[in-house]
This record gives sequence, C-alpha cells and structure tokens, in this order.
Amino acid sequence: MGKLTIGVSSSLVGSMSLDFAVKLAEAAIDKGHEVDFWVSGNATLLSKKTQRPFRDYSHLGKKVGELIGRGLEAAACESCCEARGLQKEDTMEGWKRYGMEWYLASCFSADRILYIGDE
Amino acid sequence: MALKKCAFIIDKAPYKKETSRLALTHAIASQSAEVYLDDGDNIEPLVAFIGDGILNCLKNQRALDIYGVTSLEMHIKNALLLGLNVYVCKEDLERLGLSEDSIVMDADLIGGESKTKIVSFEKIQELMEECDHLMFF
Repeated sequence: MGKLTIGVSSSLVGSMSLDFAVKLAEAAIDKGHEVDFWVSGNATLLSKKTQRPFRDYSHLGKKVGELIGRGLEAAACESCCEARGLQKEDTMEGWKRYGMEWYLASCFSADRILYIGDE
Repeated sequence: MALKKCAFIIDKAPYKKETSRLALTHAIASQSAEVYLDDGDNIEPLVAFIGDGILNCLKNQRALDIYGVTSLEMHIKNALLLGLNVYVCKEDLERLGLSEDSIVMDADLIGGESKTKIVSFEKIQELMEECDHLMFF
C-alpha cells in the first residue's frame, strides 16, 4: 500500500474543495493506503471543534474525526491557525498542529501528493 | 539518504487570495523539514512563477504600508536569501509587458547570493519533469 499526502488551503465553508479532499482521503483509507492530511490558510477551520452541522453548509468535522480514528494523520498549520484566532484548545481531538515543515517532510515520504490551493 | 525535489508552481496573482503567499511560505519551510526526516534526507524546493503568477515578483510592493502584511516581494527575497531556486517564465513576463528590471531578481541588500532565473516555459516544464512532486498555487 502507498502513502498519499493531501494539502488543502481552501475554506471549510464557501468552497467544496475540502469536501473533495476529505472524500479522497476516505477513499484512499478504504483501499488501505496511508494518508497524511495537511490544512493551511483558510482550511485550518476544518480542525476547529464544535462545528455545527447545517444542511446548507459543509460539515466535515465529524467525518474527519472518524477518519482520524481509522488512521488519518491530520495536521493544521499552527501559524495559520493562530492568525485566525484558532487556539490549541479550539482544536478538535486527534488533530495535530505543526509548522509548514511537517507538510514538506510528509511530502518527502509520500508516494503521491495532492495540493489544492485555490478556493 | 535521499533528496526529493518539490516544485511550487505559482500561476495566480498576489493579494486577491492567499495562495501565492502559502506557496512561498511552504517552499521556505522546506529548509527546516529535515527536523522531521532521517539523517541525510532532505527536500529541495523549486519555485516557478508562470502566467499571472509573475505579478507576485513585481518590485516595490507596498503591502506592508497599505495592508500591514509582508509583501510577496519580501518572501521572494527571503527565498533567494535561503538559496532556493526561483524561476520566472520568460514568455509570460513579456506577455505582461514586464522586463528583468520590473521584477525581483536578487536579494543582494539582505545578503542573498541566489538570483531569479528567467527561463522559457519549455525549460520550466523540463524542471517540473525532474521533480518528485508538483504543487500548483
């Protein structure tokens, strides 16, 4: 099995790119692959706990929590979080917070990477 | 012991969105990725500006005065200071009516030795072929 590193900087709400990235991560895990999931920029909102589901908006928090339970390595850019007022205590259980070098190191050992940088 | 090449291809104009800034900050962060890697392993970043992404390279940006944020010009200079390979697409530079004099070509004032390289799109494609991973911002 391989390792996939997914990086995203698109918003949790207002863009469907994160939805696609989470679905891709799930599909890869279903197939037995290892997945690192990196969020930076506006995508760091995905790591925030107490996301409330509304049918009109994406609500990926629960799904990502399940994937973390299945081995997904989810990490958020610490400075991007802090710049948006997301403190460590606001972070969902299972998420890690690192500097951007963690993502680069993850790319090093990945067989494939996907970066979604636009909204 | 291995070296992996990662290309950061920037094709979007600055300041409207955060993408080009994230490209540069991620590329620069590769300089400290070794803390998470085995001895001897490392990442070699390559930054290439194509299309409207060339506008990130303009000189005399005043983002700090106007928006209170660091300019993309400052980030490019930092990348050059750290010795990153920075490429600008010649055809797109000309398409935008710009020249070598209009863009950040060095970081001499902060002690950088690397220079921006203006190359053909064909050359950028060749460089991309040599990379292990590609990222578009």
